[in-house]
Amino acid sequence: MSLSTEAVGRTFPAVSYQVGREKIREYANAVGETNPIHHDVEAARAAGYPDLVAPPMFAVVYAAPSVAQALMHPDVGLDFSMMVHGSQEFRWGPVVIAGEEISTTTTVKEIAERGGMGFYVFESVSENERAEVVCTAIWTNIVRGTS
Amino acid sequence: MNKGDKIELKVTPDPYVTVRYAGASGDFNPIHFDDDFAKAVGLPGRILHGLWTMAQVARAHTDAAGGPEALKRLSVQFRGMGLIGEEITVSGTVLETDGEVALVRSQVAQAGRRIIRNAEAELEIA
Repeated sequence: MSLSTEAVGRTFPAVSYQVGREKIREYANAVGETNPIHHDVEAARAAGYPDLVAPPMFAVVYAAPSVAQALMHPDVGLDFSMMVHGSQEFRWGPVVIAGEEISTTTTVKEIAERGGMGFYVFESVSENERAEVVCTAIWTNIVRGTS
Repeated sequence: MNKGDKIELKVTPDPYVTVRYAGASGDFNPIHFDDDFAKAVGLPGRILHGLWTMAQVARAHTDAAGGPEALKRLSVQFRGMGLIGEEITVSGTVLETDGEVALVRSQVAQAGRRIIRNAEAELEIA
């Protein structure tokens, strides 16, 4: 099987995500974050934030709808049954606060075959309503057995 | 935080952590919560989400630095499968610092295997 590289360079339309307090709490509980600024509004305010603060890795949650759009596009042609997550990078700007709306665009950076494996690299850029970049992420997925 | 300082976090993923993480993150790949499905695709059983494990790496850094705002960058390589019920250990070392930003190298080990390696983070320490 040879890979189609037709989608490389394509940027998909922005997807927006409304950050909710309860979603921050649910995420914080799922990953074991105990810092009260992720759970308790009064604690967050006492620490100088207007509302609950999303943990840095909450970027997974607000970027996912945009990244999924690229990952699942037929022109990208990713075989999920053989996919493993190879590597991941996040770079963060200002913290994300409950109530904010985060807009994410995802670009297909690379589709390549090396050593019988397919490498699919995506870049997502997430901005808050003040057009500040809150997170840039590089998602590298590897598909086994492409040749 | 000075060159050579260590950070460490230990956590044992309980049987339902992947169920809670699937709901919280929206990653519903059944290899993380359905043993039969996982075995059918050649895995020993259901496995941890890599991004849950990466969140433990992030937490080790933000706990050490005093809050989420300190973490400016984190990159990891996933290697091997994270298993349920076995303690994982995040361990890192400050490689260098200029007094404002510390560069930290870390890994995640489980039962003697490294499941994340070459993790690299930048922490604001000013």
